[in-house]
This record gives sequence, C-alpha cells and structure tokens, in this order.
Amino acid sequence: MWWIVLAVVVVIVLWLVSVYNRLVTLRIRSEEAWSDIDVQLKRRYDLIPNLVETVKGYAKHEKELFEKVTEARTAAMGAKGMADKAKSENMLTESLKSVFAVAEGYPELKASENFSKLQDEVTDTEDKIEAARRFYNANVRDLNISIDTFPSSFVANMFKFVKKELFEASASEKEPVAVKF
Amino acid sequence: MYNQIDSNKRKTVLIMAIFFAVMIGIGYVFSYVYNNSFFMVIAVGIALVQAWVSYYHGDAVALAVSQAQPLKREQALPLFRIVENLTISGGLPMPKLYLIQDSAPNAFATGRDPKNASLAVTSGLLDKLDKQELEGVIAHELSHIGNRDILVMCVVMVLVGAIAMISDFFMRSLWFRGRDNREGGNILMIVGIALAIIAPIVATLMQLAVSRKREYLADASGALLTRYPEGLASALEKIAADKEPLEVANKATAMLYIENPLKDHAGALNNLFSTHPPVADRIKKLRQMA
Repeated sequence: MWWIVLAVVVVIVLWLVSVYNRLVTLRIRSEEAWSDIDVQLKRRYDLIPNLVETVKGYAKHEKELFEKVTEARTAAMGAKGMADKAKSENMLTESLKSVFAVAEGYPELKASENFSKLQDEVTDTEDKIEAARRFYNANVRDLNISIDTFPSSFVANMFKFVKKELFEASASEKEPVAVKF
Repeated sequence: MYNQIDSNKRKTVLIMAIFFAVMIGIGYVFSYVYNNSFFMVIAVGIALVQAWVSYYHGDAVALAVSQAQPLKREQALPLFRIVENLTISGGLPMPKLYLIQDSAPNAFATGRDPKNASLAVTSGLLDKLDKQELEGVIAHELSHIGNRDILVMCVVMVLVGAIAMISDFFMRSLWFRGRDNREGGNILMIVGIALAIIAPIVATLMQLAVSRKREYLADASGALLTRYPEGLASALEKIAADKEPLEVANKATAMLYIENPLKDHAGALNNLFSTHPPVADRIKKLRQMA
C-alpha cells in the first residue's frame, strides 16, 4: 500500500520541479527580452544629442523645442519601473516627432545630408524599439499566462512568482501604420 | 514551437541513420558480388565524410552551389534593417546575409542552428517585392531558422545530393552496358538492386525533411512575427507568377527555397520530388488569418 503512496509523492514532486523550472525559464526569458529593449533605447538616447546639435545649426530660434527634447531624454533615462518608463519613452517619441515637424519649415535643414541620415537612424531605432517591445510583450504574456492558469498557478503562488507588466505602446502608436509609397 | 525543435533534431538523427544504412547496404552488395570487402570500406568512408560535411558545412555547400555572395550592411541597408527588426521581435541572433544575382525572385535560409544561420535572397526578390512583401518572406525564412528546419534541410540537401550522384553513376553504367550487352548480367543485377533501394530512400528522405506541415507552420509563424499575413501572401503570389526559373537551383537545393524555384512542374518524377505545398493553398491559408 505505502508503495502506491510513495509513487504518488514522487510523481507530484517531479511535476512540481518541472513546473517550477518552466516558470523560472519564462521569467528569465522576459528579463532577457527587457534588456533587448534597453539596448535599443540606449541607442536612441545616443542619437538625440547629435540630432539636436544638427537642428540647432539651422533653426536657432527653436530653443524651447531643444529644451523639451533634452528634458524628455533625461526623464526617460532616469525613469524607474515599467509604467513610468513606458510613459516617459512615449513622451520622448512625441518630442522627437515635433523636431521633425519643425524641420519641415527649414528647407536648408531638410536638404542637409547629415540631418536626413540622422532622421533615418532615429526612425530605424524606433522600429527596433517597437520590435524589441513586441518580443518582450510576447515573453511576458507567456509568463503571465502560466502564473494565472491552473494548475501552474498553484506552483506560481507557492513560490511567489509575480506577473510582469507589459510595455504598452502610446495611443498614437497603436493606430494602424499608414502605408507609404 | 519547442516541440518542433526537438522533432527536427530527431529527424536529423533518423535521416543520418537511414543514409548510413543505405551506404552500408550498397557497399555490402558490391562486396558480395565482387567478393572484395574493399567496397564496404569505401562506402562507409564516403558515408562518414558526407555526414560530417552535411552537418558542419552544409550551409557553405548550399551557398556555394547557389552562387551566393556575402552582403555588407552598406550594400543593402533596407534589407538589413528588415532582417534586424524581425530578428529582434523573434528573439533570434542576426543571420549572415547573402545575395544571389538572379532576376527570379526567391530566398532560402540555411545553417545548423540560429547562431550559424545564413539567409540568401536573389536580386530579383529585392527588385520585385515591396517592403511589406519582403518582410513577409524574411519572416518566413526566420521561422525556419527558429524552428531548426534549416538543420534538417541542410543535412538532407547534402545527403540527397550524394545519393543522387551514386544513382546517376549507376544510370550511366547501365547505359554503357546497354551498348555492349554481351556479359554484364551481374552488373545489371547490382544496378537493379541499387536503384530499387535508392529511389524510395531518396523520396522518403525528402518527405521526412520537407513535410508540408512545416511550410504551413513557417508561413503561420512568419505571419505572427510581422502581424501582417497579407505581406507574405502577396509575395508568394508574385514569386509563383514569375515565369523565370532560378538558374542556380537544382533538385537537391530546390526544397530550401521559399517556393519551388524549378518551374517545370510536370512529370511523375517531379511529383515524387515535390517539396512545396501548392502555393495557392498557402496563399489561401494566409489570407484566412488576416
């Protein structure tokens, strides 16, 4: 009789171990995905001073704009926590958009090769941030599903796994991308 | 997804085993008929070399046979950006990129794992597709890399190439025998046996490597990566509608490509070697996802 009990205990322990390991794997994967976003964000922070300098050379009177961008950059770099980070990043994106909007009014700036190259780089970085965010969100989704659904939720509760926040896109980014020709 | 990776690893082992069995079988028949065990040694030697080449250098063989040239970032910035962005959202390392100078639009991925993966596109693909279609094609190929389909295809390509070479050799000797059919009953018998063994083996290997389910799966996971199934659907339409054959493709490499690069679809032999599901069906499935 106690053989059966022992067998059941062994099966339960094996199951616990496998679920626990899967949860840890999912958590590590989403942490790794977060560092991917960080790499891309840093790339954008590095591009901004260059961009500001270039625009300054042509559009001297847009002082307020430069201050706004620099401020948004500093805020984004110092942001702690997922929600705060996402919010300040979205603000930075908005301020960059206004830089490019202002540039429309300066034909010389628009024609500058350096500027168009920078514009290209910033756009590419934003695409890459978007891509990294998608990967992060996919991983977090997998982790959160495992934490919430039965029976893995039982193990997750026992070992105090916490759900991670999704890195949300701002309202304007959620709109369907316009097809450009 | 992870089950797919395991199943591909198992398939690779199985394919290697079948290949060894065939080579040893052929060596045995020859040794028996000529009463000389030297043939056995040669057969095993060839098998070992081929297996090693297929695992470690299959990608180089595929790229060389297709006359693919390495691409630099400055040469094709838009393509590099598409690949970079899709690898980021797929969580894959960046593959090496290659260009095939050919106006027929097509692409393939090869290598033994994501870290040693290469992606080749034809110049026709870059010229004829727009950005979203190109993204669709690249996402499909990246899915093959992520699923480790590339390992199976790579190994099969080299091994099928080897078997095709041997069968070719038998065919030629058969042809020579046909001219002076005085003696040679023995030889003909061996050739008959060998062909009888080889033909179904080749077909089985190809089927193992390129189950149709796998192409549909790569289509679906590619669509998930871009969130835009229509891109790949319209790319497939363009590739299928293009009447030019891809000059550098052959029966061994055809299965690597996103869509059959050999345009002569007729004939029973081609049905046997059919490596791609009907393109109309793939397009239909993609459109249903949208």
